[in-house]
Order: sequence, then C-alpha cells, then structure tokens
Amino acid sequence: MSKSFPSPSSSSSLTNKEETFSQIYQEVFALTKRLFLQLFRRPSTLVAGIIQPMIWLVLFGALFENAPINLLPGGIAYGKFLGAGIIVFTAFSGALNAGLPVMFDREFGFLNRLLVAPLRSRSSIVISSVIYIATISILQSVVIMGAAFLLGYGLPSFFGILLVLITLLILVFGVTALSLGLAFILPGHIELIAVIFVANLPLLFASTALVPISFMPTWLGWLAALNPLTFAIEPIRAAYSGSLNLGSVLVHAPYGEVNGYGCLLLLTILTTGLFIGIRPLLNRKLI
Amino acid sequence: MPVVELHELVKSYGPVMALRKLSLEIQQGSFFGLLGPNGSGKSTTLRILCTLLEPDSGEVIVAGENALKNPRNVRRKIGYVAQEVAIDKILTGRELLQLHGDLYHLRRVHREERIKTLIEQLDMHQWIDRRSGSYSGGMRRRIDLASGLMHEPDLLVLDEPTVGLDIESRSTIWSLLKDLHKAGKTILLSSHYLEEVDELADNMAIIDAGRVIAHGTPDELKKELGLNRVTLKVREFSNEIEGEKIKELIKDLDGFHDVVVNRAQGFSLNFFVDKKDALPILRTQLKEKGYDIFAISESRPSLDDVYLKSTGKTLLDAELEVANKRDLKKEAKQAMR
Repeated sequence: MSKSFPSPSSSSSLTNKEETFSQIYQEVFALTKRLFLQLFRRPSTLVAGIIQPMIWLVLFGALFENAPINLLPGGIAYGKFLGAGIIVFTAFSGALNAGLPVMFDREFGFLNRLLVAPLRSRSSIVISSVIYIATISILQSVVIMGAAFLLGYGLPSFFGILLVLITLLILVFGVTALSLGLAFILPGHIELIAVIFVANLPLLFASTALVPISFMPTWLGWLAALNPLTFAIEPIRAAYSGSLNLGSVLVHAPYGEVNGYGCLLLLTILTTGLFIGIRPLLNRKLI
Repeated sequence: MPVVELHELVKSYGPVMALRKLSLEIQQGSFFGLLGPNGSGKSTTLRILCTLLEPDSGEVIVAGENALKNPRNVRRKIGYVAQEVAIDKILTGRELLQLHGDLYHLRRVHREERIKTLIEQLDMHQWIDRRSGSYSGGMRRRIDLASGLMHEPDLLVLDEPTVGLDIESRSTIWSLLKDLHKAGKTILLSSHYLEEVDELADNMAIIDAGRVIAHGTPDELKKELGLNRVTLKVREFSNEIEGEKIKELIKDLDGFHDVVVNRAQGFSLNFFVDKKDALPILRTQLKEKGYDIFAISESRPSLDDVYLKSTGKTLLDAELEVANKRDLKKEAKQAMR
C-alpha cells in the first residue's frame, strides 16, 4: 500500500525515518480527527449503534425465556448465550459500514482533495478508518457487556474481557478492509448499501450467534462452521462461560472440532488474507 | 523557466480520445488561461498535471520534477482547486484548513499563521468558524481556494473556478487571483468563459478535441487575426434592398472582407477591415452614392473570433455540439477515484 519516496530534505536515514514517522502520525491523526468530529456532530449513527444491540439483547433474549431449562449445551440461559452473538454481530455490522464514508468522499470529490495532498503514505486513509471503526466497536461492546451484566448474565474475567477485545479487533480489521475494498470497487453508495444489506442478516443467521450448530440441519451447520463470525463468537462465548480455556473445543463442526486457539488462528488468517487481498486494489486506486 | 511542461499527452477513456498528443509549457510567474469548450480535455489535462490521473503516454514535468515518477514531490508544489467544490460540510472552515495543513505536514504554528493570513486575504472572518454546510456557493469556493493555498504552492491550478458563481463572488475570486499573480505566483486556470481568460490571463492556449490549437498572449492571438470588426448602419431601421445595395458597394472596395447583412440588427452591415484608413475612404464612397452614416462601430477581434478562426465554429456552437455527445455519468465516474 505504501510507497516510500525519497524525502528532498533528508540528510541521514535516521532523521528521514523520524520525519516519515511524524508525518504519517500527523496525517493519520488529522484524518481520524475528522471522522470523530463527524461522529460527535452527527451522533445519530452512534446512538443507533448502541440502541440496536440493546433491543436485540432485550427482545431476542426474552424470546426463549421459558424454553426448557436444558435446551442449550451446558444449560446456560439463552440471554447469556446470545450476548456473545450480539457483541460480534454489532462489531461486524459497524465494520461492514466502514466503507460508506469513503464512498461518500469519492462521490463528493473530497477523496480527490486528499489524494492531491502529498500524503507520506496513502494507507493513512485506510488506517484512520480502521482506528475509527475499531474505537466505536470497542465502545459498543463495552456498553453491551455492561447491559448484559445488568440483565444478570454476568461478566467475563479480566482475561476474558481482554480476549473479547482482541477477538473483536481481529474481526473488525478484516471486515473494515473488506468494506473499504468494496468502497473502491463499487460504482456508488447505492451499490455499497445493497451489498451491505444483502450480506448482513444471512451471515448472522448462518453463524452460531443465535443457536448452536447442534440445532441446525447439516447443510446450515456446514455454513455456520465456515462462517468467520462463528470463529469470533465462540471465543467470546467461552469468555462468558466462567472457566476460560482456549484449549477446549469450541466449535463442533461437521468437518471436525475446532478449539479456541484454532478459532483465533482461522480468524487471523482470514483478516490477513483480506488485507493482502485488497492491497492491489487500493494500490491501483490510491496511487 | 517553465514551471509546467506537458509533452505529447495521450489519454483515452475506452473508445473516447480525451487528449491527443497535447503539449503545453507554462512559464514561471505567468497567469495561464486554458480555454476550450466543455469536453475539450481541460479537466483531464489538469487532473493529469495534479497526479490524479495517469496519461496513457506522454511526459509531465512540474518545477523540474517528473510527475509520473515522483508524484509526491509534485503534489507538494501544486495547489489544486477542482471543478466540483470539495469540502466536508460537517467541519467548520477553520477545521478544513487545519486538516489540509496537516495533510501537507505543516508545523502547527506555521499552519495557524497561514490560516490567519488566508482569512485576511479572502475576507473570511465572518464565517470561518461556522460549519461549511451553511456556506453559500461563493464562500465554499473561497474556502476551497484557501485549502489549495494552505501550503504556499509554487503553482496554483484552478479548474473552472467561477463556474456557476454569482457576480460578486466571481469578482472577489478574480481580484484575489490577480493579487496572487501580482505577488509572483504562477497560476493555471481553465475556463470556458472567454471574458474570464481575457480579463485574467497573460498567456493562454486554446484547446479543442484534446489538442492545443492556438497559444500565445491573448493580445497576440487577437492581433494574429489582424482584422477589426465593423458594424455599420446607414439609418436606424434600414431594409433588405438597401442593405444588399450597400453590401455590393462595400464588397468591391479594397481592404474590406466578409461583408454580411445582419437582419437581426435592423439590416446593419457587418464586415472586417484590414487597413487603418479604410473607414474614412468608406465614408467618402458612401457619401458619393448618397448615403449618410447613422452609426458605425469598430472593435478589436475578441477571443471568440480567435476561436472561430482556429476551429471554424464559435465557442457556443462547439459547446452545443459536444453537449450532445457527452456521457456525463461516465465522466462523473472517471472523476471519482
């Protein structure tokens, strides 16, 4: 993504490196600040982004309130089971929307304004989006965890919370990359919104967010066991189960059993793959 | 010393050739006007110059730097004000300028000084701390222009900066551009307004269908035509028969060209003269045949005449012609990155 150009005023490679770093910091900070100013002055998306998971948690969580006690594996309450799904789904939807501001910048010509500037690295545009979305996702998940606690579903341990945040960050990085990639390929915001709309709910249903794989028919079980959301949901669910052990089997997939480490590894591979995948695309558009 | 050297630029969008070996040189300190109808390749040229677009072939040198090999160094030297106003409506004018200052890596103190100076220059005190969404067209243009000037570029590039503006905003921008030029800045401005280029530019090129068809100072280009345009009336409302008679008379005189009877102007006569003493001769000749002169006006050729001479059509006709062929949706997409 980044192209390094010789600095005209560089006398030694050390000062050159320092200058490069401080310039990248300056541009990333300025671009990120812009996104946050937009958020604070138009907080409706943030408010909706916090209210929506609450509604899911309260309404959907209550749906199975009187279900047979041992319905779920381990006999946990449905609301507690659902919590992990909501956290992941919220972060996923937020990250999937990350491309929208970039798309609007393209459409309004503001991106051209950024591109005529001598950015030290044009990845700064991507990095600022990732920082912005990751911060919001973490904020949302903290609020959801707080609400789940108030509803009596307990809290993960300190390491559990750390695991939740790390898992979310890996997922958010990957999905944000995907969304930014789409924002550069697709012709306009209508198309981007259509893709987001179509991708969102099916990915939720074909994951273990709402029910465990054992509830599903084989074909759907296969889909859920291949869905990246599942690999983010299960470690977070494990963080909520009390005794946190990433070595234990979390996904009983039709093709075999995947433990906590396996989930995180697969998620990391996927995110790395997406970042590498969109690189040529960003290179082409951001040269 | 040339600040900009464009050498044989070729650019096509699919089957449409936007630039056909366009070459151009702009000297340091000049105010260069790029005149041409819509769709002639002005914006494409400027986008290539500002590193937003890569040409299919050709060379772009800005202040000695190769724009295709070292785009970052070139970006630092250019201030670009695009055709479409590009501002973020949620931010205030000041925040927009700060953002641009940071993208050009200005030090904080310097950045704030620049903003102060620009507020002064562009008279933006009243509204600089208001959100830019509430700005009028003229204010937006000014803040856009200020963004382009934040880093004190060697070269200011403006793509049709006054299109769609009210007269007051237009004259504010004109006088600012004149001041900048006086202060020694090199300015490149594209326009399809003849009077804009005539008023501002000290050097110009006319481009048509992706190539330069004439270049020089506006005066040189007009002088090259050599001929003055004359409108003559023998009475306030003449008639066709009388008009035709006088036409025959003038046509045979030495030094008078392209005589036409202009029905729309009460059968007045339009023609070109190439001699200084042509009009006194005409006066005597007319008197001999019993005609008085009710009104006569002589004017230097305009840029429109230059355009007419180079392309065989008026600028207005040229615009109407391409207007039918243009695919605006496709052009918008090309402008998008």
